[in-house]
Amino acid sequence: MSAVSLLEVRSLRAGYGGVPVLHGVDFDIAAGEIVAVLGSNGAGKSTLNNNVCGLYRLFGGTVRFAGEDIAGLSSSDIVARGLVQVPEGRRVFPNLTVRENLDLGSYRRGRANRARNRDRVVAVFPRLGERFGQAAGTLSGGEQQMLAIARGLMAEPRLLILDEPSLGLSPLLVEEMFGLIRRLHGDGLSILLVEQNVVQSLDLAQRAYVMENGRIMLSGPAAALREDPALRRAYLGM
Amino acid sequence: MLDPVILLPAAINGLTMGAVYALVALGLTLIYGVLHIINFAHGSLLMVGLYGAFFLYQAGGIDPYLSLVLLVPALFGLGYILQWGVIGRASHGSDQNVLLVTLGVSIVIENLALYFFTGDTRTIEAPYAFEMVDIAVARVPLPRLVAFGAALAIAALLWLLMAKTDLGRAIRAVAKERQGARLVGIDVDHIFAMSFGIGTACVGAAAALLLPMFYVSPHVGHVFVLVAFTVVVLGGMGSFIGALLGGLIIGVTESLGGLIFGETFGQLAIFLIFIAILLFRPTGFFGGRPS
Repeated sequence: MSAVSLLEVRSLRAGYGGVPVLHGVDFDIAAGEIVAVLGSNGAGKSTLNNNVCGLYRLFGGTVRFAGEDIAGLSSSDIVARGLVQVPEGRRVFPNLTVRENLDLGSYRRGRANRARNRDRVVAVFPRLGERFGQAAGTLSGGEQQMLAIARGLMAEPRLLILDEPSLGLSPLLVEEMFGLIRRLHGDGLSILLVEQNVVQSLDLAQRAYVMENGRIMLSGPAAALREDPALRRAYLGM
Repeated sequence: MLDPVILLPAAINGLTMGAVYALVALGLTLIYGVLHIINFAHGSLLMVGLYGAFFLYQAGGIDPYLSLVLLVPALFGLGYILQWGVIGRASHGSDQNVLLVTLGVSIVIENLALYFFTGDTRTIEAPYAFEMVDIAVARVPLPRLVAFGAALAIAALLWLLMAKTDLGRAIRAVAKERQGARLVGIDVDHIFAMSFGIGTACVGAAAALLLPMFYVSPHVGHVFVLVAFTVVVLGGMGSFIGALLGGLIIGVTESLGGLIFGETFGQLAIFLIFIAILLFRPTGFFGGRPS
């Protein structure tokens, strides 16, 4: 872990309508890092995401982004600061064209460079260029996932949170998706990867946190976690 | 009776009224399409606009067409505040609540109007009210022609707003995918209020265009809101092009219906269409609403 945290979460408690899901979560990510948050369904990964991004009101704890306390800010203000989430289930705008989806990615941030960034993301995801005028709802699942990531990039994120980008994709597409994420990180983007796909995520990430029942159970360098006997038993069946 | 010399003028007159119906219906369909609110207060807000135009003319000597410039922003503001301060807060995310809240709002507005303005039917006498313009075989009153042109121009502006601006894209995005909208930084509550405001601004414009050729009374909204609902159902809930074409069709139907069934029964034809649509094509011409 480097000295300067881009995102710093301390004792985060959160849940839905008074029912707690997260019981005090701590984690950090430094600028330029790619960090994975792993865990099975229901471990609280998405709850963590959505509270960090301001979609829900957290019960307690602190969230600091680039040195600033962002707990309690609206999702709109959090996006404006450069913390951008690509949600589970893509959440693209089905009735809007691919181009309009991309343009709305820079609704709150990065608007000045919209045209330039649009060209850039189309260079990264050429398939989106071919579908420019098509309604997003008519794209395949893999294409929608690409669009969701591209839409996130349009906001010029300082930290991109990817929630289950491999969900519902064929093994071949998962491979392609992880390759793309590696490339984005290679270009200097800080990425928080939230995944159930433990093996491939550990190959990609520098560090990882493993969540269970709303707590961080394990954390450390990805290489060390790959060899961890508890993790291997729980997630890899070895 | 079915001689084109009679039919054509009736059809042209119907088109002019239809454009105003379309304007009212555009507001209604925008509010429905984004917020999924059946806005029962729409007619009352039109009535508020008509009184606004009426008093601006009576007290301020401001021509109704000029007052459009004031009424559109005023009703936009009223709609924004209504959604942001009352309807949104009272809904708690449930569509049935909203239905009752908008109905309640309309009852309150109408009774306030009855209290302050009495039930009298009022009209203004604009100097150009009875000027006629010859179009082919038809003689069309000037106010109707102005209303027709202005309503189409406003519809075109609205279309541009929805298709070409970030606000329009955000409105359409929120209509289908609220969570996704929040995650790109769209303030969803603000967009709801903007949609309601724009929808209400439409009746502000309609009011200014209507006043030179119509009357004002606390219940005048009913005349239009029933027709507007028919237009929206005909065109398809939430469809812009549907509201526009539906308005024109309904206007012509009413006019020709009046010719055939007699003036007082002109609206009979509208509701026959309404029932037929509900029976045979309940999603309307441009509806479908693929979700």
